[in-house]
Amino acid sequence: MKYVLMFVETERFAKELEAMGEVEQRAAYEAVGRWFADNADKITHHTHLAPVHTATTMRLRGDAEPVVTDGPFVEGKEAVSGFAEIEVADLDEALKLARSWPACPVVEIRPAS
Amino acid sequence: MTFEQAHSDQVLARVVREHAGRLAARLIPLLGDFSAAEDLVQDAVEAALRRWPVEGIPDRPDAWLFTVARRRGLDVLRRESNYRAKLTLLRPAPAAPDDRLRLIFICCHPALAPAARIALTLRVVCGLSTAQIAAAFVVPESTVAQRITRAKKKITEAGIPYGVPAGDDLPERLQAVLAVIYLLFNEGYLSSTAGRAHARDLVDDAEWLTALLAGLAPGEPEVIGLLALIRLHRARGRARFDASDRLVPLDEQDRELFDRPAIDAAAALLVRTARAHRRPGPYQLQAAIAACHAEAESFQSTDWAQILVLYDMLLHVAPSPVARLHRAVALSYTMGAEAALAELDDLGDPGGVLARYPLLHATRADLLRRLDRPAEARSHDEQALRLTSNPAQQALLQERISWI
Repeated sequence: MKYVLMFVETERFAKELEAMGEVEQRAAYEAVGRWFADNADKITHHTHLAPVHTATTMRLRGDAEPVVTDGPFVEGKEAVSGFAEIEVADLDEALKLARSWPACPVVEIRPAS
Repeated sequence: MTFEQAHSDQVLARVVREHAGRLAARLIPLLGDFSAAEDLVQDAVEAALRRWPVEGIPDRPDAWLFTVARRRGLDVLRRESNYRAKLTLLRPAPAAPDDRLRLIFICCHPALAPAARIALTLRVVCGLSTAQIAAAFVVPESTVAQRITRAKKKITEAGIPYGVPAGDDLPERLQAVLAVIYLLFNEGYLSSTAGRAHARDLVDDAEWLTALLAGLAPGEPEVIGLLALIRLHRARGRARFDASDRLVPLDEQDRELFDRPAIDAAAALLVRTARAHRRPGPYQLQAAIAACHAEAESFQSTDWAQILVLYDMLLHVAPSPVARLHRAVALSYTMGAEAALAELDDLGDPGGVLARYPLLHATRADLLRRLDRPAEARSHDEQALRLTSNPAQQALLQERISWI
């Protein structure tokens, strides 16, 4: 089955990452790189998003002019920071993969087609 | 409802429970579709609940349920040639291996909402009808039906597997199953639902499920721990309510009414398990505490020092505010009410984790009364009364308030 893992950053996690020294930060990025390499056989596609302050949202309103606003579609302390599309047997296998994710503390798992 | 009718309802529920889960466990892998198989079993269960009270329970209930499910399946799934061919091949086989472990794991999957896990387990594993579950929890039947429909949809669409979890996932998933059964037991034992203090049938289901799990997953000391815990509580069941269905506090319970052989058997089972595994977990420890209470000849002769040690161990393996509250009660009988009250101070602060927990206020009231501070005691009893919806608890608190 195909699933999308949505990696969700929290404010606290972003601050912790920022506060890290250069060596620690490099180690954190390396752990993520290793995770993608280790699971390359299951990951069909992945994307890292630029920070949420770069987001622009457009709301389409039928015939009326769309409304464009600064920021993500929902403001909050948590924001999606990346996606990985995976191909695994079932939800348990997807959960197992998500559990070994070494970075941001929230992962949403959604079946996809 | 007459006594005879209640009795035959109970027998009916037991027979259905013995066979419904087995049938589901056989049909699911065969059809490769949890939802479709579950529908067939539920149809058969509902037919049994309708017809057996009139026609009598058949000699071979499993074959009867099987035949109804199969006929219904062939009928409904006419167009699905795939299912039809598979169902045609199927013959009742009472000696088939017991596959209900997979059934339990899928119903208690952590990806399902907690309320849905309980409803699904009761329906699929225990063979309760939606109406029976709704009655037991005093919620509208449509609510239960919706929970089950959503859960079944999620199982199919999110790809929740039908199987026993692999090695390293097993301990955690087993904990999730025990948590569902424990909630079910609690709901039955101290039902917080209005109008009925003691929903006996759910406790029966919880014990039955735990025993089933113990048989299917042997060598798990925590399963036995939960089983002993449930049995120890049940063995005191007759002493917990008086003739007018009022809750009797532990220190006033008539211990002549305790089922001593059941207590001894459960305690022995617990000791055997603890010695064989030497892996004390939260359920074994709670059962050990329940055994201390049940084995004491009188409230005064309760071994509070031992209970205190067990609560310390429990807080070590599974810290929780509720366990701290219970530990404070044990402390009050070893170190005095003053010390216990100090332990409870931060738990009950406005905004504290247990600020809205009725037992915290009832316990504080009790400690304050023992310290001869009746006005404060009364105020806490009143707070407890406002927070509980259990009629038996309400009656007990009402009585305490009017006494002061």
